[in-house]
Amino acid sequence: MARHVVATVTEIPPGARKLLTVAGREIGVFNIGGEYFALLNRCPHQGGALCKGPLVGLVTSREPGRFDYSRRGEMLKCPWHGWEYDVRTGQSWCDPDDVKVRLYKVSVEPGEAVARGPFVAETFAVSVEQDYIVVEV
Amino acid sequence: MSPDGGRAVGAPVLERQSRSRLRVIDCDVHHALRSPKDLHPYLSRRWREHLDTYGHRHPVPFVGSSPYPKVAPALSRTDSWPPDGGPPGSDLAFLRAQLLDRYNIEYGMLHLLTPQGMDQRNQEFGTAICRAVNEWQYENWTQKERRLKAAIVVPGEDAEAAVAEIEHWAGNPDFVQISMVTHTIEPLGRRRYWPIYEAASRHGLPVGLHTSGFNGHAISGAGWPSYYVEEQHEVALSQQAVVISLVCEGVFELFPSLKVVIVEAGFAWVPSVAWRLDRQWARMREEVPHLTRPPSEYIRKNLWFTTQPVDEPERPEDLRAVLDWLGWDRVLFATDYPHWDMDNPEFAFKCRMTDAERRMVYSGNARAVYGLA
Ligand code: FES
Repeated sequence: MARHVVATVTEIPPGARKLLTVAGREIGVFNIGGEYFALLNRCPHQGGALCKGPLVGLVTSREPGRFDYSRRGEMLKCPWHGWEYDVRTGQSWCDPDDVKVRLYKVSVEPGEAVARGPFVAETFAVSVEQDYIVVEV
Repeated sequence: MSPDGGRAVGAPVLERQSRSRLRVIDCDVHHALRSPKDLHPYLSRRWREHLDTYGHRHPVPFVGSSPYPKVAPALSRTDSWPPDGGPPGSDLAFLRAQLLDRYNIEYGMLHLLTPQGMDQRNQEFGTAICRAVNEWQYENWTQKERRLKAAIVVPGEDAEAAVAEIEHWAGNPDFVQISMVTHTIEPLGRRRYWPIYEAASRHGLPVGLHTSGFNGHAISGAGWPSYYVEEQHEVALSQQAVVISLVCEGVFELFPSLKVVIVEAGFAWVPSVAWRLDRQWARMREEVPHLTRPPSEYIRKNLWFTTQPVDEPERPEDLRAVLDWLGWDRVLFATDYPHWDMDNPEFAFKCRMTDAERRMVYSGNARAVYGLA
């Protein structure tokens, strides 16, 4: 496990994402309303590039003919067969206990802390004025 | 189209390299026209003007649309839109990278879904569309990419014209099968289609039946469904009707060497259809005396089934029981790229397979059916 600096916070505004390769793994980092989440870019179903899928809301229904739409932008839909995953937990909607996408720990660190280390930040010139997104892989 | 929902920065994520050396023959690949005008060079002036003026007219009241909403634009994986524009499947270079190279595909069997010449209400126009589509496939796909093999698209509702189209292309190694739509005016086993089967047998060309076409009827016999999730399943029901018709009309008695490939309906339903037919045959054999053997024998001798969309039972091993009954030589792996319900060769089958079984399903069976080197 190492802590990888992957982006400045301004790079990924709310609703946006960044796809990157960290320690040989393809990972998507998402900003959901100011919170960051990092998911493996690989759908547990058949290996689709999950993190390239659209962010959608959750449609539920209490009875036929009525529906609720909630959690706008917090569900990630696989670009292949459309399985939905909760970005906050990595759990799939249809089979949350058994089908989950790998989540990585994300934190935001100030530039001074990043400059002090130990972090892996090969591709970054770190400036103390910025805050950085750090993923543990 | 960017599904990235905002600013996506950073280096593009590279597709993983092909990890397995498993060779794959993909028996259902969808190429597409970039624009309806792509067929212009292959149509006479008369039919070009007809196309531009009247467009395609099918036996359904929907123009430029389908009777069901589809789950994704162009029915496709959202990551399959070519970066240089055009619909999914319309860019050969992108199809090569995203499918053929990525998954080590040795051959890909092309099935064009639109336009369908066989579906045209104006039959002469339909015949012209079939010819144009075949020329277009040949020049733009199979001649440019040797791994891709085309189907001779025929106007099957007009058997004479269909046979003429088969005679025109038969013997050309770029065309390895004949294709017809499956939602037809009469069930495909009926007499009106027999000349096509005769020509197919004579040339040793399999008939590939990809679910497609409109005949004005609901896809199930039970009336029009409300949701795409229903229609998606009823595709398999309609293919069951095709299988039952081909068997019961005696097509395989008349043309014992005919090979028919049922495309895009899965296969786990085949045993139950065969068991029921056998039981009824034993009781009502004298109604169909032309069937000299139990229906299941024709099914396991003359028919093949592409795997996609592969069934995913809760206990993956249950699929082995189905394949053991059906015969491991009966199924042909297919991705259905670039459609949304595509199967990934690396993960589609969750059950155990021996190396020999794997080789059969992923390439050996297709090599034998299509006579590929
Ligand atoms: S690969 Fe993601 S839903 Fe199938």
